[in-house]
Amino acid sequence: MTVTAGWYMALAAVLFVMGGAGLLLRKNALIMFMCIELMLNSVNLTFVAAGHALGSIDGQLAALFVVVVAAAEVTVGLAIIVMVFRKRSTASVDELSGMKG
Amino acid sequence: MNAELFVFIIFAVAALAGAVALVTARNPVYSAMGLLLTMLSMAVFYVLMDAHFVAVVQVIIYAGAVMTLFLFVIMLIGVDRSEDNEEKIPFQRQIVAILGGGLILLLLVAGHGAWVVRDTGLAKVGTIEEISDALFGSWMLPFEATILLLTIAAVGSVALARYEGIVRQVPGPASAVRVPDVEPAEPEAGGER
Repeated sequence: MTVTAGWYMALAAVLFVMGGAGLLLRKNALIMFMCIELMLNSVNLTFVAAGHALGSIDGQLAALFVVVVAAAEVTVGLAIIVMVFRKRSTASVDELSGMKG
Repeated sequence: MNAELFVFIIFAVAALAGAVALVTARNPVYSAMGLLLTMLSMAVFYVLMDAHFVAVVQVIIYAGAVMTLFLFVIMLIGVDRSEDNEEKIPFQRQIVAILGGGLILLLLVAGHGAWVVRDTGLAKVGTIEEISDALFGSWMLPFEATILLLTIAAVGSVALARYEGIVRQVPGPASAVRVPDVEPAEPEAGGER
């Protein structure tokens, strides 16, 4: 019994949904951010698995670009979280309801 | 049972355990450790799929740089404020459980017909040579675009970190006085307005 790309994709789907569930459940902005990272990682796994099955190198390149974009996103997002914490001294998204009508 | 299946099962369990720890842990540091476990398991999967360079990038950038950044910010913000358990949306957990279960079911059922279920024997080894041939060939323009993206992100985060407030013209003394725009501590409204 060999491990095919479908196994990796199924695992990636489960991890993606867990990341999405964490995003909906948690209130700490940092943990929500980490859940987004988990979702991006699972998409990377799908890319690499598809490229492996199709004999193409492009899946791995797409994964590399996702890593680059995620790194840029983490930089800006964490800066925003730190700034919000300095101004409001909380990282809970329930407290940050200043824009509700 | 061959070796690949054995390794896959072990690290799939590790990845799922890490994801569960990420979602459920009360302490943000434990959440970060769970995510770290998941990312390292993913690096193992990349090695299993002959994507060696992506595995190295995963360990260095994600498990190294990004998680260190997360831990620094957790250290900065503090871990002692545990979230309260009360939910503002009624039945939030139940709704999430139903949505998540439905989505997993949908993905697995929909993917079952489309996913590859046998070895195609087409696999390429993702060495640096292969990757760079493609990266500096047909993927040149996206690669150049990432330079712009990273520059914007670096400049943006520096600007956010150095942001101190808006300079307002204060009547009276003929000089611009830097007024920190931290709101005066607004009285906590007891509940919904």
